[in-house]
Amino acid sequence: MYLLMLRIRKFEEKVVELYPAQDMRSPVHLYIGHEAIATGVCLNLRKDDYVSSNHRGHGHCIAKGMDMRLMLAEFYGKKTGYCKGKGGSMHLVDPENGVLGTSAIVGGGLPLAVGAALASVMQGNERVSVAFFGDGAVDEGSFHESLNFASLKKLPVVFVCENNFYATNSHQSARHSNNDIACLAEGYMMPSVCVDGNDVITVFETARNAINRARSGKGPTFMECRTYRWKAHVGPDCDVEKGCRPREELDQWVKRCPVKRFRELLLDENVLPESEMLELARQVDEEIEEAVIFAKNSPLPSPTELYEDVY
Amino acid sequence: MARLNVVQAINLALRQEMRKDKRLIVLGEDVGKSGGVFRATDGLQEEFGEDRVVDTPLSEVGIVGTSIGLAVNGMRPVAEIQFSGFLYSAYDQITTHAARIRTRSRGRFTCPIVIRSPYGGGVRALELHCESQEAILAHTPGIKVVIPSRPYDAKGLLISAIRDPDPVVFLEPMRVYRAIKEEVPEEEYTVPLGKADVIKKGTDLTVISWGAMMKYTREALEKADYNAEIIDVRTISPLDSETIINSVKKTGRCLIVHEAPRTCGFGAEIIAQINEKAFLHLEAPVERVTGFDVPFPMYKLENYYLPDERRILKGVEKVMKF
Repeated sequence: MYLLMLRIRKFEEKVVELYPAQDMRSPVHLYIGHEAIATGVCLNLRKDDYVSSNHRGHGHCIAKGMDMRLMLAEFYGKKTGYCKGKGGSMHLVDPENGVLGTSAIVGGGLPLAVGAALASVMQGNERVSVAFFGDGAVDEGSFHESLNFASLKKLPVVFVCENNFYATNSHQSARHSNNDIACLAEGYMMPSVCVDGNDVITVFETARNAINRARSGKGPTFMECRTYRWKAHVGPDCDVEKGCRPREELDQWVKRCPVKRFRELLLDENVLPESEMLELARQVDEEIEEAVIFAKNSPLPSPTELYEDVY
Repeated sequence: MARLNVVQAINLALRQEMRKDKRLIVLGEDVGKSGGVFRATDGLQEEFGEDRVVDTPLSEVGIVGTSIGLAVNGMRPVAEIQFSGFLYSAYDQITTHAARIRTRSRGRFTCPIVIRSPYGGGVRALELHCESQEAILAHTPGIKVVIPSRPYDAKGLLISAIRDPDPVVFLEPMRVYRAIKEEVPEEEYTVPLGKADVIKKGTDLTVISWGAMMKYTREALEKADYNAEIIDVRTISPLDSETIINSVKKTGRCLIVHEAPRTCGFGAEIIAQINEKAFLHLEAPVERVTGFDVPFPMYKLENYYLPDERRILKGVEKVMKF
């Protein structure tokens, strides 16, 4: 669990480090600050379970087992990337790991997760679908259409709302008539909980119950996980300097860093000694360096590949 | 072999494919218990049950998005959008996900969904119930756009669409849902996608149309003084350019008839391709008889909006007398 959180954090930090060189051609929406959610949820999933993800999806992809080398290659627009260099950071898809796709369309992934869940029911294969989305998706019609249908048909879906309180730069309070997102889901007659999205143990346990419930045919569950994005809506910088969000707000949330909190817990409870943590960090650094080399050394697509994979 | 209309042919195609392929499910608003507003799915729920013929909420984004999820997880959904005007909200999922999931997944996911929708005017159903959006849809790479004009093709094209690995929007001309009856084989057959039909050979000019306009164009041309070669496009995207270009090279003159608005209508694309590939064979500028650049009008004005015999024959004269 710690390894996975570290992998997501360090992967994103590497993107921040590399981005100013301007040879990474894809816009990036960084997951730093959200790590506990993808980790806590996906560690309960089987490889063949489905997730649909959103524009801030690197964490979900890594947590679901996708290859960081192919992800980075995609960010660089290389033909070895997950979309052969055509999709970029926001459109990663990986059938082998059950990733239905990240999507630039806010709320766009929810009905896909619902449909995959309906197919699983019809095929009797007990696969569960998880839809990851942000508080911005709650503004969209597809959110309501998806929750309603999933509940109506008692489908094996877990809706995971990562509420970081901002859709681009608009605060939730400027967008929602009801700031209690979990309460909206209750209106669709499904169990709904609001948890601390920076506490990986809580997320893990809540998700475990929700996923077990879905797998045993009892229908969908809704999880609102409150968290905060550390970086700007898009790009490697922080938007606090631009006045998009109050500095104090960010500082408060940084103090509640999900990786740091889990690390402290592991130390306090003597689960993992510091020396092993350092070893894990070194291991992750190595993996990421290898991914960077792979991505940078990969070829760009040729013009003739433009027409491939359209039909 | 029985004489069937377009609705019956569609119903037969769905029924036979559902019997054959257990992965096939039908979903949409009122498709189950009530059999669809135009009865295209009549009796399917009785035969295949509520699990395979699913009445959905009024939720076009949800219907198409759910279909995409079903398709990538091994099912074969046929979604019905009750009127093509309601495709506008579904277009979100069609263009942002259905059309692109094959590209994004490096071809590892395909998206075998069919989105059926009654379309076009001539039934006194007012705007948003008479839309013709083939050009908008054709402008979206990654989806196929199919329009039958008669019962035989309706069955054969729908079976091809269902078996196709990619998303197909299948637009059904409401005006001729029951206006044409012809012999439709009971046994299964397919009509290939991406292949236009030369329904009559001719030498004087090429007349191109699709959907409900096909019937009225044919009828008008029976009164023309010229020997027209008539082409039913059948698949808007991918377009069978070859058949069109070969015909225009032969006749040197061309008229296109469609009921969608004129500006950026699909006729414009056909003209562009003729200019690119057959310009030196032309004896006259290619002419269009189309709807007008207005929201679809109701009742009385509908008669003026839709291309009719008078306008089609006038178009023929213009092309021939140039």
